[in-house]
Amino acid sequence: MPTVSMTVNGKQVTADIAPNTLLVSFLRENLRLTGTHVGCDTSQCGACVIHINGESAKSCTMLALQADGAEVTTIEGLAKGNDLHPMQKAFQENHGLQCGFCTTGMIMSAVDLVKKHGKPDDATIRKGLEGNICRCTGYQNIVKSVKAAAQEMEG
Amino acid sequence: MYQFDYQRPETLDEAVALLKEDCKLLAGGQTLLPTMKQRLAQPEALVDLGAIDSLRGVCPDDDKLAIGAMTTHAEVASKADIPALACLAAGIGDPQVRNRGTIGGSVANNDPAADYPAALLGLNAQVTTNKRVINADDFFVDLFETALEENEIIINVTFPRPQAAAYVKFDNPASRYAIVGVFVAKTGSGVRVAVTGAGPCVFRHKGLETALNNNFSAQAIEGVSVSAAGLNSDIHASADYRANLIKVLTKRAVAQIGG
Ligand SMILES: Cc1cc2nc3c(=O)[nH]c(=O)nc-3n(C[C@H](O)[C@H](O)[C@H](O)COP(=O)(O)OP(=O)(O)OC[C@H]3O[C@@H](n4cnc5c(N)ncnc54)[C@H](O)[C@@H]3O)c2cc1C
Ligand code: FES
Ligand code: FES
Repeated sequence: MPTVSMTVNGKQVTADIAPNTLLVSFLRENLRLTGTHVGCDTSQCGACVIHINGESAKSCTMLALQADGAEVTTIEGLAKGNDLHPMQKAFQENHGLQCGFCTTGMIMSAVDLVKKHGKPDDATIRKGLEGNICRCTGYQNIVKSVKAAAQEMEG
Repeated sequence: MYQFDYQRPETLDEAVALLKEDCKLLAGGQTLLPTMKQRLAQPEALVDLGAIDSLRGVCPDDDKLAIGAMTTHAEVASKADIPALACLAAGIGDPQVRNRGTIGGSVANNDPAADYPAALLGLNAQVTTNKRVINADDFFVDLFETALEENEIIINVTFPRPQAAAYVKFDNPASRYAIVGVFVAKTGSGVRVAVTGAGPCVFRHKGLETALNNNFSAQAIEGVSVSAAGLNSDIHASADYRANLIKVLTKRAVAQIGG
């Protein structure tokens, strides 16, 4: 079996894996980082979004081997110890989640969005989260959360 | 997913040497991996182009713009200095698809509803492979079919700079694929109108081109008849609806350019 090496949340990991291992399976099953979810497995829902070299990507639509040599960040890598990332805190404070299934992917996409757009307006946030589906919240409070986080992330 | 072999060469020559029967190139994987999960494609081996740096990047020149096959939609959206092309790339799928999906993969796949084929045909682009240069007019053959031979690798796509151009699509609100998309370009050799999403394969509409060459204005399109024969009918839209959309979107594109 081929060997894959990557940095996940700042830690170097190396493993022998079958080529058909999806990145999301590698993260969840080999590394037990189960914060990254699988909602659809067909590239539609965004529950599996992680960052690869700083860019958001759907980890169900990547082979783990494609991430060889890359820096991967998952939802588990956002908080600093007990200090939540501003985006996590904003979702908590603004009721940006209900069941929480979509939330980890939503937050990973939102962090990338704010990094690229600074202080996005509502339309930019909605457009930027097109790859993430939430069946609970109706999105209102998600947009509110991202807006609030954008203030904190800049300042 | 089923078992397959995987290679990740670092140069184009290595990639060419690795190609064999029943093997497929892997670019962004945004189409190929979902297709393999569904077993609609079952290659025995994948050759990943992801580590070949020379296939990536946007290279502007005075009269043309060359884009490496492995350049992502997001990079084209932020770096291509042909605004209609950058705008087209920015409208593909969602941000995560744009961060991984590539121009080479999209063009090689030739999905009837994909966006890039309209830009290539509209701008009279050239596709350079490891074997030859193919004009857009000859590249897109039929539904999911291109002029590429088995295991031919796209290296880049070169777009001649237009005098003006615009792309307007009426998209599927879930996937963002084009129900119909129209690319209108004013070029040195006349106006080109390329239509994607409407038929089994991207095509140029000669009636619209002739009308716009005579009079580049939205009114000129009024008198053109766009036939629904051969256009797609599906759950999203009927052939008649698509035929009407072709005219509406062409008008909008012409208006954007200022005709
Ligand atoms: C949710 C979702 C929404 C989408 N929405 C849109 C949309 O709105 N508009 C749109 O146009 N597309 C859309 N797409 C498709 C997307 O643009 C894909 O990225 C693209 O079709 C394929 O590019 P890729 O780099 O991912 O190629 P891959 O999936 O890796 O490969 C696709 C095919 O091209 C071949 N190939 C790849 N590179 C080369 C090369 N250099 N030379 C020769 N052959 C090659 C592969 O062997 C394979 O057969 C969407 C996809 C998803 C998952
Ligand atoms: S699980 Fe990856 S997009 Fe739904
Ligand atoms: S909070 Fe339940 S799916 Fe979004």
